Amino acid sequence: MERVQIIAIIVSLLFLAYVLWKIKQGQLREEYAFIWILSNLALIFLSVWRNALELFAHMFGVIAPPNLLFTGAIFAILIYLLHLSLTVSKLHMQNKTLAQEIALLKEKSGNRG
Amino acid sequence: MGNKIRVAVIIPAYNEQASIAAVVNSVNAIQPDDMSLTPVVINDCSKDSTKQIIAGLNCVPLNLPINLGIGGAVQTGIKYAYDNGFDFAVQIDGDGQHPPEHIPDLERAMQKQGWDVAIGSRFIQNEGFQSTALRRTGIKYFQGLLKMITGVNITDPTSGMRMMNRKTMQLLYSYYPDEYPEPEALIIYNRKGLRFGEVPVQMSERMGGESSISGFGAIYYMFKVTIAIIFTYLRK
Repeated sequence: MERVQIIAIIVSLLFLAYVLWKIKQGQLREEYAFIWILSNLALIFLSVWRNALELFAHMFGVIAPPNLLFTGAIFAILIYLLHLSLTVSKLHMQNKTLAQEIALLKEKSGNRG
Repeated sequence: MGNKIRVAVIIPAYNEQASIAAVVNSVNAIQPDDMSLTPVVINDCSKDSTKQIIAGLNCVPLNLPINLGIGGAVQTGIKYAYDNGFDFAVQIDGDGQHPPEHIPDLERAMQKQGWDVAIGSRFIQNEGFQSTALRRTGIKYFQGLLKMITGVNITDPTSGMRMMNRKTMQLLYSYYPDEYPEPEALIIYNRKGLRFGEVPVQMSERMGGESSISGFGAIYYMFKVTIAIIFTYLRK
C-alpha cells in the first residue's frame, strides 16, 4: 500500500467519523447525512481499491481515469447544489409565511411592539 | 357607518420615517361619504423610526419581525384586509407618490366596469409626475411584453397603486411575488381570469426615502421581471 493511499484512507475515515458524530449530535438531519455517508464510502472504496477507477474509466471509454472522477464528482455536486437551492426556496416561503403570521398576531393581541 | 364600503388602504413602509405620517394623515383626511378608509401600515422591519412613528398614528400598524421586501409586505396587508372582512383593499406607496384622493375613483371604476382589480395609471392623461425618461423606457418595455403575452394593454404596468376586491385578495393570499411584484401580478390576474383595467391618476414625486430600483438594480430588475413574467405565464 502506498503512502498516498494510506493518507487518503485515513482522511476519508476521519471525514466519515465527523459526519456520524454530527448526526449523533443532532446537528445534521439524516436525509442530508445519507448523501455524505454515501460519497464517503465511495471515497474509501476508491482509496482501498486503486485500480477500480481505471477499470471504470475503461468501461465508460474515458482515456484518462481522473477525468471520469472529476466529471462524476462535479455532476454529483451540481445536483446536490440544486437540491440545496430548492430547500432554501422552500424555507424562504415558510419563513415569509411565519413572519406575516407573527405581524398579524401581534396586532390582534394588541401587542404592537 | 353601517352600510359604508370598508376599504383597507395598504401602505408598505420600509425606512419611510420622512413621509409615512403625511401619507397616513392624508388618507385619514379624505373620508368620503360612502366609504370608510382604514390605513394599514406594514412596517417591513425598518431600520429608522418608522415603527415608533406609526404606533402614534391613526392606523393599523403591522410590524414584520424580518424584512420581507415589498411583495411580502403588501401580502401581509392583503391577509389583514381579507381576514378582517374588508370589501376592498387598495395599495399605495409609503413615500407619498400616490395621492389617496384617487381611491374613490378606483372604487367607482371597479363597480362600474365590473373589475376585480383597478390600477392607477400615470400615462392615460399624462398628468402629474411622469418619472424619468429612462424609467419610462423600462415601463414601455413591460407594457409591450405584457401586451404581447396577454393581449391586454396596460399603460402603467409598474404602478403600485392598485385596488382589489375580495376575490382578488383571496387569490393573492396564497401567492404574491416577493420582489418587484407589480408587472408579474398582472400576469397572475390575466391567467386566473380576473377582470382588470386602468384609471387615470396623477402621481407626485416621492417625499422621502429612496427608490428600490437604481443603477445595477435596474438591470437586475428588468431581467428578473422578464423571467418572472414569462414563467408566471407558463405556470398557468
